[in-house]
Amino acid sequence: MTETTGTPILEAPVAEGAHDQHMVLNMGPQHPATHGVLRLVLEVDGEIVVRLYPEIGYLHTGIEKTCEAKFYQQVVPLTDRVNYLDPMSNNLCYALAVEKLLGLEIPDKGQWLRVLLAELSRLNSHLIWLGTHAMDIGALTVFLYTFREREEILRLFEALAGQRMMTSYIRIGGVSMDPPLDFLHRVQQFIRTLPEKIDEYSNLLTGNPIFRNRLMDVGHLSAADTIALGVTGPPLRASGVDVDLRRDMPYSSYEKFQFAVPISNGCDCWARYEVRLIEMRESIKIIQQALDGMPEGSYSAVAPKIILPDREKMKTQMEALIHHFKIVTEGFAVPAGEVYQGIEAGHGQTGYYVVSDGTAKPYRVHMRYPSFATLQALETMCKGRMLADVVAVIGSIDIVLGEIDR
Amino acid sequence: MSEPLKNKDLLGQVLLGKEAVLAGLPEHPAVKAILAWNPEALVDAKFQFAELTLTIAASHLRAAAESVQAAGYNFMEDMTAVDWFPSSPRFQLSYHILSHSLKERIRLVAMVDGSQPSIESITPVWPSANYYEREVFDLFGISFEGHPNLRRIMMPEEWTGHPLRKDYPVEGYR
Repeated sequence: MTETTGTPILEAPVAEGAHDQHMVLNMGPQHPATHGVLRLVLEVDGEIVVRLYPEIGYLHTGIEKTCEAKFYQQVVPLTDRVNYLDPMSNNLCYALAVEKLLGLEIPDKGQWLRVLLAELSRLNSHLIWLGTHAMDIGALTVFLYTFREREEILRLFEALAGQRMMTSYIRIGGVSMDPPLDFLHRVQQFIRTLPEKIDEYSNLLTGNPIFRNRLMDVGHLSAADTIALGVTGPPLRASGVDVDLRRDMPYSSYEKFQFAVPISNGCDCWARYEVRLIEMRESIKIIQQALDGMPEGSYSAVAPKIILPDREKMKTQMEALIHHFKIVTEGFAVPAGEVYQGIEAGHGQTGYYVVSDGTAKPYRVHMRYPSFATLQALETMCKGRMLADVVAVIGSIDIVLGEIDR
Repeated sequence: MSEPLKNKDLLGQVLLGKEAVLAGLPEHPAVKAILAWNPEALVDAKFQFAELTLTIAASHLRAAAESVQAAGYNFMEDMTAVDWFPSSPRFQLSYHILSHSLKERIRLVAMVDGSQPSIESITPVWPSANYYEREVFDLFGISFEGHPNLRRIMMPEEWTGHPLRKDYPVEGYR
C-alpha cells in the first residue's frame, strides 16, 4: 500500500468568504509565471497559502475527439501541437503505439534517428524550462542564453523537417525522409559546444545566493506523495524514485545506449533543478552515441501500403503512384485491438492509448501527458508556504498547458 | 518480489479469453493477485501486443485495484474510457497500472452500462485518479461514486453534453 503523508484530495474550489480572516486571491490565467493559461485560486492567510485550487481547461481543443475523425497518418501533425516544446517525443510515442498494432519493424537507422531526435527534443524542452524558471525567479540573463541554444535546435529541426516547432518528422513506420547531408555534422557541432554552455548556466545559477534561497527547501514532495499523485519524470526522480522508462522499459532501441539516470533525495525545487541539469548532460552523451553509431540503410520499414513512397518513385513508378493515391485518399486499415505505449519525454511519462476497430481511422486515441497528473501535486507542494514560493514551484515542475488541456 | 517479467519473450504470443490467460500466464503476479483475491470478479482476460488486460466486474473494480496495488503495481499511470456506442454495455473504462519494481504495466478494464453510467471511484486507492476521473466524468458523463470533487474539468460548468461520446458530433452542436 502507498503511504501518503498529508496528500490532499482536491476538493471543491475555494469560495469567497469561506473563512473570514483569509483572503481569496486569483492568479492567472494571464499571469506570466503560470507558463500559459493556468488559473490558480488561492486562499491566503497573510502571505501563507492555506489552499490552492488549479482551474484548467482554458486551452482545451478536443484534440482526442479530432483524432477520431482523421486517418491514422493524419493524427501525427495533431500530436505536435499537444506539447509544443517537445514535438519529437509526441510523434515518437504515437508512432510507436500504431506500429505496435500494425506489427511493423523499424530498421536500425530509423531507430537511431528517433533516439537522436527525441534527445534533441528533450534538450529543447529542458532549455526552455531552465530559461523560464530562472526568469520567474528573477534571473533574466539565463533566459537569453538558453534561448540562444534553443534557437540552434530549432534551426536543426527546420533543416530536417522544414518546420521549426511542429515537426511531424517521426511518422508511422519510421521517419519522413533522410536527413539533409550536413545534418549529422551540424548536430555534432552543436553538442560539442553545449556542455560548455551548460557550465555557463550553472555558473550563473548554482552559486547564486538568490537562486539558491528561492529554491532550496521549497516545494517539498515526498517519494510516497509523488507516487500517490501520479508525478513522473524529473520531479519523481528528484524525490528519490529511480524510474526512467528509457532504461526500465526500453523502446526504440534505447537499450543499446549507455546513460545514467540522475536521482536526488532532495525532494525540493533545488533537487529538480539539479536533476534536469544532469539529464541535459546525459542527453548529450546519448546523442553522441547515436551519431557515432548511426547505421547505414533505410530509415523506414518496408510497408508500401502504409508508408508514403519516395517522391521520385511516386512520379516514375505506376505502383508507387497507386499506393500514394490510396494512402492519401483512403488511409490504411489497422488491425482491431488496443495498445498503450509509454515513453519518457522531457516532462515525464507520456503515453498513447490507441484503440482500433479495424478501420482506417482510430476508434479512440487517449493521450497521457505528464503535466496533467503533476499539476495535482501543486497543492501539496505549496500548502503552508509563502505565496511567492508558488511561482518557484510552478517553474520547478515544468508544466505545459497545451498538454494539460489537450 | 518476483523476477521482472520478460514480456519481450512473449511478444508474439496472443492469449484470448480468461481460460487461455490463466493457463498461459499462471505465474504472472497480477493474475495471481486477482485469483487469490476473488476469481469470480475476473470476467475476461487478454494478452496481446505483450500487454495484459484483465476485465473486472464493474462493482468490484476498487477492490481489484487494491489487490493489484498490494501485488506491486504501485503507480496509476493512466485512466480513460472508450465509448462503444451503440453496443451494450456501452462504456469501457481502462486503467493502466505500472509497477516500478516489476517494470511492467497491466490494464484493468471495467464495462459499464449506457444509462446513468456509474462506477466506484479509485481515488481512495490512488489519489492521482482524481483528475482522470473528473476528465472522464466531463467528457463521457460517467459518474464516480466516492469522488471528492466530481466537477467538469475541461469544459465550462454550464456545458451540455459530453464531447467524447460517439453520438456527439465532431464539430459540436450548432
